[in-house]
Amino acid sequence: MNRLAPLALLALAAILPLAGVYPLFLTKCLTFALFAMAFNLFTGYVGLLSIGHASFFGMGAYIAGYAAKAWGMPTPVALLAGIAVATALGAAFGAIAIRRRGIYFAMITLALAQMVYFFCSQAPFTGAEDGLQNIPRGTAFGLPLGNDLVFYYFVLVLNVLAYLFIQAVIAKPFGETLQAIRDNEPRAISLGYDVRSYKLVAFTISAAIAGLAGSLKAFALGVATLPDVHWTQSGNVILMCLLGGMGTALGPIVGAVVIVLLENQLASLGVIRLGVLSIDFSTKAPIVIGIVFMLCVLLFRRGIVGELIAVLGKRGMAAETAPKHTS
Amino acid sequence: MIILGLPLQVLLGQLTIGLINGSFYALLSLGLAIIFGLLNVINFAHGAFFMLGALAAWLALTVGGVNYWWALVLAPLVTGLFGIIVERLLLRRLQGLDHLYSLLFTFGLALAIEGTVRDIYGTSGLAYPVPAALRGPVDLGFMRLPAYRIWVVAVALVVCFGTWALIEKTRIGSYLRAGTENARLVQALGINVPLLVTLTYGFGVALAGLAGVLAAPIYQVQPQMGSSMLIIIFAVVVIGGLGSTMGTILTGLALGVIEGFAKVFYPQASSTVVFMIMVVVLLLRPAGLFGKEA
Repeated sequence: MNRLAPLALLALAAILPLAGVYPLFLTKCLTFALFAMAFNLFTGYVGLLSIGHASFFGMGAYIAGYAAKAWGMPTPVALLAGIAVATALGAAFGAIAIRRRGIYFAMITLALAQMVYFFCSQAPFTGAEDGLQNIPRGTAFGLPLGNDLVFYYFVLVLNVLAYLFIQAVIAKPFGETLQAIRDNEPRAISLGYDVRSYKLVAFTISAAIAGLAGSLKAFALGVATLPDVHWTQSGNVILMCLLGGMGTALGPIVGAVVIVLLENQLASLGVIRLGVLSIDFSTKAPIVIGIVFMLCVLLFRRGIVGELIAVLGKRGMAAETAPKHTS
Repeated sequence: MIILGLPLQVLLGQLTIGLINGSFYALLSLGLAIIFGLLNVINFAHGAFFMLGALAAWLALTVGGVNYWWALVLAPLVTGLFGIIVERLLLRRLQGLDHLYSLLFTFGLALAIEGTVRDIYGTSGLAYPVPAALRGPVDLGFMRLPAYRIWVVAVALVVCFGTWALIEKTRIGSYLRAGTENARLVQALGINVPLLVTLTYGFGVALAGLAGVLAAPIYQVQPQMGSSMLIIIFAVVVIGGLGSTMGTILTGLALGVIEGFAKVFYPQASSTVVFMIMVVVLLLRPAGLFGKEA
């Protein structure tokens, strides 16, 4: 199942647009899946909760969008610019926040992210409340990305590459060291590991991939706006990982798809009448998402994939995947 | 008189406005700090409870015909009761787990509350009239200030220092402080710690509700009024130091004032200066300015 599940998911992702599912919606799913994978790489495997990941996602979106729109950079170069800025920001955030643990780590990432948010709301290049609009998709390697279907497969390929990259990172020995740090930091220190460097590298890689996700999102929807850098976006990605299964390989992808699906479908449900009761679901997305959040925390903290692994009897794996935070 | 290149009046004016914001910060942070102290819960729903307090006052007036003075008592009671129900039915189940779970739970709760209010009342603000008795301006010599704002600062200060006295000087307070140190031991001494926990959460939430009623005539009552406040009061609690009541109150007031001054000297930085201070303080003194080293 470990080998087959990702391949089955990939096959499904490749076929869905051909089966008539709206490619732009699928692209949105993919960009958030990528964002969630990036977040999971750090919080899921290092066990520190970051409430600042929207900064990397949002800055990636702004920078890539601006590079393509105002400077006319080719799309791949604009993507690299988005990644570069997110990486630099991640390294800076990490260098500051990694020195603290538990709730203090979470609060520092939140405070730093607030500064980035205010910077973005003031800086001239972000377009303030209006954001960057009409970001052109251009071409990449001769592919007309303006076509939604072509762009979807472009993003899919990048997602697969990012997935493989993340799997390589969390494999031994780097990833195993990270998990050792998560499970027992004093022991890792006494074994002679430079714990801070490990955490910093993981955080920076995570930020870089989040930046790629944001950059792709800017090209997918053609906009980069303040909600992309707002802390609620960080909350969103936490929910995706929590719902799917923190610390599992496929959990973030599943979680992201469910949340994006929920947001889109609720909006399109419109008004539903049950006898005398009529409920307008188009405005209910935040309520439903809030309730899903609470249910996740109360009832299934391992998330969808985590619970599945547990049910399938792979007890050793399930114990490994249950998120455990150091405080 | 010119100080730092600015007329004294401008400075004093900003100081006063900062003090008003600061009294909201102090009142809200105090509730947040008390809840964290005893329950180990980072209450992300605190801003939502603040908003519910304001909404309760508005509903009391427009639907129930209840005036401001009664709302000042009733709205905190209602929000506090709501907090008690949440703690008893839901939050309790997360006890003993890593506190990041309760953070995530209250985050979801805040989303649901805010979403519900937005769904029913929309995003445009609901106006709440200033009570007739506090409508006039008061001449402070350097500026004319609405009487209502002075009232807000006065109430906030009285409640804050009253709460401080309750925690630091009374028997209930000593149970509370002992409970934060070692809940098991206190339980063994025959004190009903679960009840203490529930009541503390209710009290902390009621403080948020009170801040909400006080805020209603100043800010418009709207669903997102809490979420912008929330992040700042986190900063206040963290800067002040978890576990210090007085530290939290003083930090709340001080940050309001600092923010006010930032508005004069470098307006762009005013909304982010609090977070800069937070990062610096956390790096230099991880336990906060008034907190004890863990």
